Amino acid sequence: MDIIVNGTLHSLDLPDDTPLLWALRDGLGITGVKYGCGIAQCGACTIHIDGEAVRSCQVALGDTWGDVTTIEGLSDPDTLHPVQQAWIAHQVAQCGYCQSGQIMQAVDLLSQNPAPTDEDIDQVMSGNLCRCGTYPRIREAIHTAASMMREA
Amino acid sequence: MGKLGTYTRREFLIASVAVAGGVVFGVRTYRANLKNPLTAALGPGEAALTPYVKITADGITIITPRAEMGQGIHTTLASLVAEELDVDLADIAVEHGPPSAAYFNGGVVEEGYPFPATDQSALAEFARAQRDIPAVFLAYQITGGSTSTHDAYEKMRRAGAIARETLKAVAATRTGLPIADLKTQSGAVVLPDGTQLAYTELAADAADVELADAPALRPKSEWRILGKSQDRVDVVAKSTGRAIYASDIRLPGMRFGVIRRSPYPIGTIRCFDATEALAMPGVEAVLDIGTAVVAVATTTWAAMQALDAVTYDWTPPTYPADTEGHFDVIAAALASNRPNSRQRDDGDVEAALTGAATNGAEVIEAEYRVPYLAHTTMEPMSAAALYQNGSLQIWAGTQGPTVARREAAKAAGIEEDAVTITTTLLGGGFGRRGEMDFVQNAAKVAIQMEGTPVLLTYSREDDTSRGPYRPAAIGRFKATVQNGLPVAVDVSTASPSILKGINDRGGSPASIPDIVPDFTISQALWDQPYGIENYRVTAYRSDPLLPVGFWRSVGATQNSFFHECMMDEIALAAGRDPVDMRLDLITDDPSSRVLEAVAEMADWGTTLPEGRARGVAFALVFGAPTAQIVEIEQTPRGIRITHAWVAADVGVALDPRNLDAQLISGVNYGLSAAMGEKITLSNGMVEQSNFHDYLAMRMYQAPPITTRILENAPHIRGAGEPGTPCAAPALANAVFALTGDRIRSLPLGDHVAFD
Repeated sequence: MDIIVNGTLHSLDLPDDTPLLWALRDGLGITGVKYGCGIAQCGACTIHIDGEAVRSCQVALGDTWGDVTTIEGLSDPDTLHPVQQAWIAHQVAQCGYCQSGQIMQAVDLLSQNPAPTDEDIDQVMSGNLCRCGTYPRIREAIHTAASMMREA
Repeated sequence: MGKLGTYTRREFLIASVAVAGGVVFGVRTYRANLKNPLTAALGPGEAALTPYVKITADGITIITPRAEMGQGIHTTLASLVAEELDVDLADIAVEHGPPSAAYFNGGVVEEGYPFPATDQSALAEFARAQRDIPAVFLAYQITGGSTSTHDAYEKMRRAGAIARETLKAVAATRTGLPIADLKTQSGAVVLPDGTQLAYTELAADAADVELADAPALRPKSEWRILGKSQDRVDVVAKSTGRAIYASDIRLPGMRFGVIRRSPYPIGTIRCFDATEALAMPGVEAVLDIGTAVVAVATTTWAAMQALDAVTYDWTPPTYPADTEGHFDVIAAALASNRPNSRQRDDGDVEAALTGAATNGAEVIEAEYRVPYLAHTTMEPMSAAALYQNGSLQIWAGTQGPTVARREAAKAAGIEEDAVTITTTLLGGGFGRRGEMDFVQNAAKVAIQMEGTPVLLTYSREDDTSRGPYRPAAIGRFKATVQNGLPVAVDVSTASPSILKGINDRGGSPASIPDIVPDFTISQALWDQPYGIENYRVTAYRSDPLLPVGFWRSVGATQNSFFHECMMDEIALAAGRDPVDMRLDLITDDPSSRVLEAVAEMADWGTTLPEGRARGVAFALVFGAPTAQIVEIEQTPRGIRITHAWVAADVGVALDPRNLDAQLISGVNYGLSAAMGEKITLSNGMVEQSNFHDYLAMRMYQAPPITTRILENAPHIRGAGEPGTPCAAPALANAVFALTGDRIRSLPLGDHVAFD
């Protein structure tokens, strides 16, 4: 099975029904994508397929319909994505385990809605759990990223 | 007593006991007498100046003895060293320390002493001053109880100062200049002519230098780093997917294990049939590890599928099969004549309650209940392990690495010296990663899979429905009210024992005899700074039920709910404003000030629009007085939390922005549990398994939270836990103010609808 992850073509010898989450983590060693629940309830495994946020625990390897981007492929280390810059500016992360998924979801939100209200943010981000309760700073960071991206 | 006086006395006490006890822990002697765990791993030209500072030609590493589980402790502890060492946080690396007695946590021991935090008496101060001594023997290296900061506050600054002065001594020897002429700045010794000698160049000679005197610590007025908000040292890694948790450890040839524990917590496996599972693609082994079954495969997914194909025969549950049965056992303990502790007994409660019949005082009484709770850290439990050539290596996000090493050795049946523990970042802790089960189980797997590295993962379902849990508990009070104030308050509480649970599971640093009272049962109930003439607090320990352990803020999670809802009920009966009445009763100045602060922040007493209401709560918890106000609104979709205000006194605020983050985190953790979290049983099995039925707070439910940090309290304290206990009572009191319904059991969401 061949898939493109972060711009690189990979061949994987795994059953087609293996969720993309585990194909990435255990098959390719791409660990920025996280396991939190396995049933699309927490959002820790959020990645992009063709630029759209999806829960990688729910996509079978054999059904992967496009190019995969994980947090590792969102930006290069010298030029972080504006969402990542905003995350750092607001010091959002605590334990940090959910933040890859939060960031990937936020990037998708801003690609569709460049100026989200608090309510828009709540609606889109409520599928991503954070047990450290970083929600207020996530909200602030998304607003900051939105203005950075609008001004860019 | 001033800070200086306290310090001098403590040093004296430690030195005097050291002579008698054979263990010396002092600033001037600890390099020689407590084995520095870094020394063995050093190469030529490298120096470990204290257990907290390692300098090589490549750079400077600060070793933090506490686990980074989100609370920002790597940053704060590194700041303590950096302040004295004169290095910039951006220029140093920060690592978890290996298991070692040198990294003991004196703060945890102090928290267990039977003196309330407000007690500044000579005896209480004496006990606090001696706290380090038993900790060394017990080799505590525990992260918990919001103790990391005050344990490290002097130790790590002193480590930085010793390292700095040692490097200056090396520079003085090399240059022939007097030490007094040398300065330090940004990782270098600066000569009078401006020449800079980098610490990394001086380090090779530093190991031979013995300082004559312990350098003095810089006064607060000269701080450059401490007291100011710092960027977290892990924030970039955690915003780019590069932070490594235990579940991200990848080793050549690694296999992936998933565990299936008994669906009856505490139960064990009688037998199982793995024939079908072993025939599945990618599945390499199905192991019997005594208490559970572990499938090992080429992916975690294949191992999960394999476990579903195994047929199991589990031993039946040994506890009541349903939730009500558990509360019956706890209620029986409460009704018994066998208190576990009675740490407060002011005045004569019996006489005051009896007298109420004749003196016209109003008597009120009520019973409160809280359910078992899961921790649900975002990262499910995991540990990587490799056993080869007689050595066992374990990578785990553990809150207690020294105990973890002992337990891994025991589980593997090998000597402790053959075990190495590497502490990774923790994907949330909240007490769950103070448990040893995932380390013990990873060790058992590694022994059976000799030569193959295995990453052991708990599924979310296993983690949620097998425990350990925050105990279920019952609180009961009876009070008399006269002339606007309580005259007598009799509070009692009962729950299964956390200490016994942890002790029996091998999580305790030293065996705790059953006879020792479990002060976590009465934590934050007996030591509240209210001056009430007749005031009695009694705690009862029920028979063991489900496995129970530490959960963020421990006993305070239930006891502050009991106590502060009680205060609201008393205020209502007394016809008093709940803030005013508390202020009349509180006898501790920093405590009064946090309550005044939160009332001012929220503009308490202002008239609210129709459909809005507020509740207040106060708690002195882990030494930090904390007050909280929660505002709610009735909406067509249910009750919505519109704002929360929290004020806490931590004595010395080392990093204001991180303290803000910790208080917000604590409040949300508490509000989450108060609204929707519960663990219940039927047919002996836990009914919740994952985030679809264990209802953790989501973003749309998270209110704006305003924080304020005060610095009036006499000791420095941590803030990881103090935000949590007041959340449930403040919310419950707000619901009463809004609806008139006094809800006396959690979660509140079982009784009212939340948006």
